[in-house]
Amino acid sequence: MCTLEKRGNLFILTFTGEDQHRFNPNVIGSLLSLLSQVKAEATRGSALITQAQGKFFSNGFDLDWAQAAGSEQGAAERLHHMVDLFKPVIAALLSLPMPTVAAITGHAAAAGFVLALSHDYLIMRKDRGVLYMSEVDIALTIPDYFNALFREKIGDASVRRDFLLRGLKMKGDEAEKRGVVEAAYGGEAEVKQASVRLAENLGKRKWHGEVYAEIRKGLYPQLSAILGLTHKAYTIARL
Amino acid sequence: MCSLEKRGNLFILILNGQNGEHRLNPNLFSSIISALSRAKAESTRGSALVTLSHGKFFCNGFDLDWVNAAGSDEETQQRFNLLLDYLKQLVLAFISLPMPTIAAVNGHAAAGGVVLALCHDYVLMRRHRSVLNMIDLDLGIKIPEPFMALFRAKISGSARRDLLLRGLKIKGEEALKMGIVEAVYDGDEEVTNAGIKMADDLAKRNWHGEVYAEIRKGLYSELCDILGIASTPIATPKL
Repeated sequence: MCTLEKRGNLFILTFTGEDQHRFNPNVIGSLLSLLSQVKAEATRGSALITQAQGKFFSNGFDLDWAQAAGSEQGAAERLHHMVDLFKPVIAALLSLPMPTVAAITGHAAAAGFVLALSHDYLIMRKDRGVLYMSEVDIALTIPDYFNALFREKIGDASVRRDFLLRGLKMKGDEAEKRGVVEAAYGGEAEVKQASVRLAENLGKRKWHGEVYAEIRKGLYPQLSAILGLTHKAYTIARL
Repeated sequence: MCSLEKRGNLFILILNGQNGEHRLNPNLFSSIISALSRAKAESTRGSALVTLSHGKFFCNGFDLDWVNAAGSDEETQQRFNLLLDYLKQLVLAFISLPMPTIAAVNGHAAAGGVVLALCHDYVLMRRHRSVLNMIDLDLGIKIPEPFMALFRAKISGSARRDLLLRGLKIKGEEALKMGIVEAVYDGDEEVTNAGIKMADDLAKRNWHGEVYAEIRKGLYSELCDILGIASTPIATPKL
């Protein structure tokens, strides 16, 4: 499912196994609990990297589990349930008291893309993997907090439209060119190395974690509001 | 005024009035809105709409001759306000259309004509003999909120300022660079064919029309709030 490793100042969250790393209530619960752990153990200089094994970063919600409800109504309810359960995960990432990097080593679709996009920096593969909002293709509307995330994280209106209204499958070099990701690299190893390098460099700045989180929330006010996150004012003695 | 043709899955809206500038007055507005209602009523999965005109102009904005032909200053203002109301209804009709929409801008578009083009999900343009001009600034006319919201929704960064605050006559290549249009073509026939081809390609995705419209509304949520329309969540996934 997912594991958490500590490497010096870095927290490394990994989706393990060769499957699609889809989110069902168990996985979501696990993610939430690991992110709580990260928050509890955070110090100045901490940073988080989220990565995955295999062909997929994450392919989104577990639609098989939704369908196993046995009826269209049941499936819709289970889907709605996962959308609701997932919101605190995004809230946790938005308020995490450290810089965050998504090492996108494979396909990231729907809620999987949303998870990646909830990190401060996205690093992606050039040679494999796409970013894709599949909802339009499977006749699902977009939850409000997904929309808010796209609105506030992706500045280019055409890019937002291409993802949400066009179901565009965007590869690494286009994602880099169009400002969706920080950088795209030639292979899995390079992506992981680059992510570690970036996370370490950010960690070296020794930012005050809570202040970092507050500034981040201020960058994404609409999203923060929808996620129910409040803003705190801080004054620190050392100026 | 305008005509609506059906060609397979495509709805083709043609601005073909005698007045070559296709200026927006109550007749043309009613005609377009009526055509859009028809397209909506006859829509199915895999429908798409492309708007074209022929000749020197795509749409040169409000029919100011009609406005100024009013008997008094008061009536002039009323006529103008009426056109603003119609334009608002037009934006509403396009935002809720249950299919992808493309504007093939073969000629000049000014003020309300630019708004008409931007109502579409995708805009294609001629490289030469076609300029976009938000002439409102030069004419001393303010741009009301709903249309400002449309610009905010569809155009990013300094392009928005350049379009609205700089009185520019924006040619094809520039419009492409600014992210206002998707692509530019060399002739009237080419842009028309490209519009039809794009509509065809999008139609082949076989999107669920109602879901498509709801995703669009979510994408342009600020505009929808200002227009007073809400979006409905739909979860009937094609699992």
